Amino acid sequence: MNLETILVLIPLLPLVGAVVSGLGRNLVGRKGAHWITILAVAVSFGLSFWLLYLQIYEGLATQDISVYTWMVVEGVTFEIGFLVDHLTSLMMCVVTFVSLMVHIYTIGYMADDPGYQRFFSYINLFTFAMLMLVMANNFMQLFFGWEAVGLVSYLLIGFWFKRETAIFANLKAFLVNRVGDFGFLLGIAAVLVTFNSLDYATVFAAAPEVAGDTISIVGGAEWNILTVICICLFIGAMGKSAQAPLHVWLPDSMEGPTPISALIHAATMVTAGIFMVARMSPLFEHSDAALSFVMLIGAFTALAMGAIGIVQNDIKRVVAYSTLSQLGYMTVALGVSAYSAAIFHLMTHAFFKALLFLGAGSVIIALHHQQDMRFMGGLRSYLPVTWLTAWAGTLALVGFPLFSGFYSKDAIIEAVHLSERFGSDLAYYAVEAGVFITALYSFRLLYLVFHGPERFEVVHGVDPHAHLPDGQLAHEPHEPPAVVTVPLVLLAIPSVLIGYFTIEPVLFGGWLSDAIVVAPDNDVVAELGQAFHGPLAMALHALQTPPFWLMLGGFALATVIWLLRPSIAAVIAQRAGFLYRWLGHKYYFDEFNQKVFANGAVKLGQSLWQRADAGFIDGWLVNGSAKLVQAVAARVRRWQTGLLYDYAFSMIIGLIAILGVWVVLL
Amino acid sequence: MPLLSLLIWIPLMGGVVVMLAGNQRPALARGLALLIALVTLALCVPLVTGFDNASAAMQFVERNPWIDTFSVYYHLGIDGFSLPLILLTAFFGPLVVLAGWEVIQTKVHQYMASFLIMEGLMVGVFASLDGLLFYIFFEAMLIPMFLVIGMWGGPRRVYATIKFFLYTFLGSVFMLVGIIYLYNASGTWSILAWHDHPLSMPEQTWLFLGFLAAFAVKIPMFPVHTWLPDAHVEAPTGGSVILAAIMLKIGGYGFLRFSLPITPDAAASLDGFVIALSLIAIVYIGFVALVQQDMKKLIAYSSISHMGFVTLGLFIAFGIFRETGATQGAGLGMEGAMVQMISHGFISGALFLCVGVLYDRVHSREISAYGGVANTMPWFAFFAVLFFMANAGLPGTSGFVGEFMVILASFRASFWYAFCAGLTLVLGAAYSLWLVKRVIFGEVANKNVANLKDIDRREAVVLGTLAAAVLLVGLWPAPLVDMMHASVGELLRHVVQTKLI
Repeated sequence: MNLETILVLIPLLPLVGAVVSGLGRNLVGRKGAHWITILAVAVSFGLSFWLLYLQIYEGLATQDISVYTWMVVEGVTFEIGFLVDHLTSLMMCVVTFVSLMVHIYTIGYMADDPGYQRFFSYINLFTFAMLMLVMANNFMQLFFGWEAVGLVSYLLIGFWFKRETAIFANLKAFLVNRVGDFGFLLGIAAVLVTFNSLDYATVFAAAPEVAGDTISIVGGAEWNILTVICICLFIGAMGKSAQAPLHVWLPDSMEGPTPISALIHAATMVTAGIFMVARMSPLFEHSDAALSFVMLIGAFTALAMGAIGIVQNDIKRVVAYSTLSQLGYMTVALGVSAYSAAIFHLMTHAFFKALLFLGAGSVIIALHHQQDMRFMGGLRSYLPVTWLTAWAGTLALVGFPLFSGFYSKDAIIEAVHLSERFGSDLAYYAVEAGVFITALYSFRLLYLVFHGPERFEVVHGVDPHAHLPDGQLAHEPHEPPAVVTVPLVLLAIPSVLIGYFTIEPVLFGGWLSDAIVVAPDNDVVAELGQAFHGPLAMALHALQTPPFWLMLGGFALATVIWLLRPSIAAVIAQRAGFLYRWLGHKYYFDEFNQKVFANGAVKLGQSLWQRADAGFIDGWLVNGSAKLVQAVAARVRRWQTGLLYDYAFSMIIGLIAILGVWVVLL
Repeated sequence: MPLLSLLIWIPLMGGVVVMLAGNQRPALARGLALLIALVTLALCVPLVTGFDNASAAMQFVERNPWIDTFSVYYHLGIDGFSLPLILLTAFFGPLVVLAGWEVIQTKVHQYMASFLIMEGLMVGVFASLDGLLFYIFFEAMLIPMFLVIGMWGGPRRVYATIKFFLYTFLGSVFMLVGIIYLYNASGTWSILAWHDHPLSMPEQTWLFLGFLAAFAVKIPMFPVHTWLPDAHVEAPTGGSVILAAIMLKIGGYGFLRFSLPITPDAAASLDGFVIALSLIAIVYIGFVALVQQDMKKLIAYSSISHMGFVTLGLFIAFGIFRETGATQGAGLGMEGAMVQMISHGFISGALFLCVGVLYDRVHSREISAYGGVANTMPWFAFFAVLFFMANAGLPGTSGFVGEFMVILASFRASFWYAFCAGLTLVLGAAYSLWLVKRVIFGEVANKNVANLKDIDRREAVVLGTLAAAVLLVGLWPAPLVDMMHASVGELLRHVVQTKLI
């Protein structure tokens, strides 16, 4: 089998799995569906990993292949093809590994669900779409994958389609993403007009030549064409990677089953925007303005969204706001040209955040779909594996030295510190403060869920599947089966270790330099590399830097408030009422969007329809002219008297009139 | 073998034969109609295999004198614009017969005959190269549609048919004046000769406006679109399908065949006007579609919005030529417009069929009469979500291809054209998926929905065929656009050359 076939097989297998288990769901049954889809993803993962191995150890060159030609118009080729360099194969491994873990986990999580096969079909389809996205060698296929993951996300958020909240959330997610895609598509159009090609290689090679070109958009003001392209593309990234103000869909997406929150809304799909900007680094490097914009949006998201996480009571929503905040970190890294640091954080985050979500899912099933942390507590003795892996994930998330998240997050903070980009001071304070906040909400979650007193009671003698009021359980919570706990352990291992072992090649070894282009003046990661003396030294050095102490501060404060003196929390909530409300309402983004955009669009539509369409055009012009004809006809009808002399008389008058005009004209 | 004549006359004569089956034998009428429609479809195979993509010249030409005194010819021929539209017409023949298979129980023979005759006449429109012949087909086509809506339509069918008829008739009267003028000026009815006939600017302007009146109503463009929602709402499912899938395309085809090549200078001076109307259609109608309560009305408004891409794609050529001095991008826009027409044929046809499936069971088109259909009709839900996603322009479906091409091309003429057109990404998704949310998803809303039966084999064949077409064009549009390249090049040659005297 040659390499090209293998590259095609990697995304194709999950597609086949999705079609078979979806359309033939009654044929293959529940077991058949999960075996087929898991096998497909497992083989994809194996092949991806083998590809990565070939690239690292066998020096396999970058592959740029065309699979088939979509169409050719005016000499421009639109094709489906793969570009596989180090960045791609790294992403492929992350996607297929997390996907495989989630597939296995799903066997346990969705065991009682009537839509079992459909769910496996969807997550397999998602894997296909995500692979097409990261493997694309051109902008059109990128957009294909981009929208396809959006489609599957839509289907999965609304997986329980009977729930009003779920089908509201999936519509919202799709529409907000479409706002981003709108910008993205304009960016692609601008790329085509500027470069007359949509092929990455061609476009990136020609980028320096057009760097000075401008376009006029409003009035006479001339815009740098690459700035326009980059900002448009980034608007797409803001939708997919949930950057403020297009972040509003992600917390609501928690309506979907937890496995997909881990796979789609934490580890892979939401990082597509980060990946895309890193992939487009040859373009972004030519526009300081666009990069500043990227950085500031990311900084705001990192800080502001993390803060919301402190006041959420739904376990999944806390993790969701944490995801928003971490995506903000990645975006900041992109904005300071530390693309490799962004990708590095993307990778570590994929592992530990998938772990945290799956851990949350494990708690949720143990408590019979209770998601409210106010009815949890003290679960560590019931769910030891979940508890330990959750600690591992949390330490990675808060950036505790030696854990994976430490290396990636510290690299980002240092890169922002070193950057001289416009606004980087502001961004630096934001990401520093973010560390404190991350520790605060993360340990709060751990304490409320696993430690402290139990805030639920076990009611004996009722049907174990009965739906009980909040805080009551039909039996003691117990650790879910191995299909759930094994993926937790398998994800915990890289969450702890992968940073330590990969920081050197990924960040400082130039390992991603075949994909990522950084202008020498912007290269903060290289500057960082000069001070790097191994991962252990980095961890030791970190003990004297502000992020470590901020993290400890957050830890201490969380310990006091939510473990030692729980009464304080209520006092703070009361004293800081305004701030609390403001955070509780998530800065009123949702209310604003609902009032202005959703209701506004409906009102506008109503008034255009009733006033303009039905009122003016139909009522006035169409039916009006019909009435006019009727009125005129009613009058004219009277002239049709049927009397010969009337007609003769009119003929004479007509004749005289014609003659008269003729004479006058002469 | 005179293939084009066969494609016109087999369904026409077939319609007469079906009529002869009479009212007493509906099964025979159905079977015959299906057979004739399938034979017509089969005749498309030699049409495609015999068609030379590389040539811009008219192919399969038939030319015989018809009315010698006025030098009218029975002159047929097709190029890369007519071929895909004829294929679309023949493709829908069997589908509408199948769609009316069970639900039409009164005057089956007349119903089936109307559709077959309509099919023959529509092929005639796309194949005519003689101006008068074109006009005759163009007008004659209205009669069977008028009957279909008037006889098998809903409660307000009289209002709808009269509105439909007067609107389109009024428009085409102006076109009649135009073609008579062209005949007087050139001494021929040949459309191809008119393409090369020089005309002064005032002549071109008046002719352009005359054609615009006819085609703008047909396609339909804002603000002469209000007949369409009414006609759709009252029409039976099959009527809506043909109306949306094919009849609207005749407007777009008219622009390609008449307005652009015959009056290029007038088109170039009035392109801003047409583009403004197109963008209004895309955005304004998008908002109007959002608030519709009736599923058919929503799809009708969505059609108008999508047709905005057709007129936009056709008329940005002039802006691109002015801005850049070259035609690069103009071809993308024109081919995008063509693809949009074909794709919209599939998608709107499929959507009206989906509404028909529900209407046949519940007898309501109101969105509020449904909810949670996915619970009782999972296979139907699968198809409906697919088609509404296609309607929202999801990549991988045909709905994406045309919009993508036109938006990309329009950026070359102006950032703001692309900006306004791009808004459809949000609006199209909003009205399509909001409907899906309210109709397909949710708890079972009422007893009617609880009693729904999923689609049967016949319906699955119809919807499955359309799904295959939608995906095929979405995943591999190359064969479709390859048919058009040569003809687009030829049209662009006419468009950028002044023909002022």
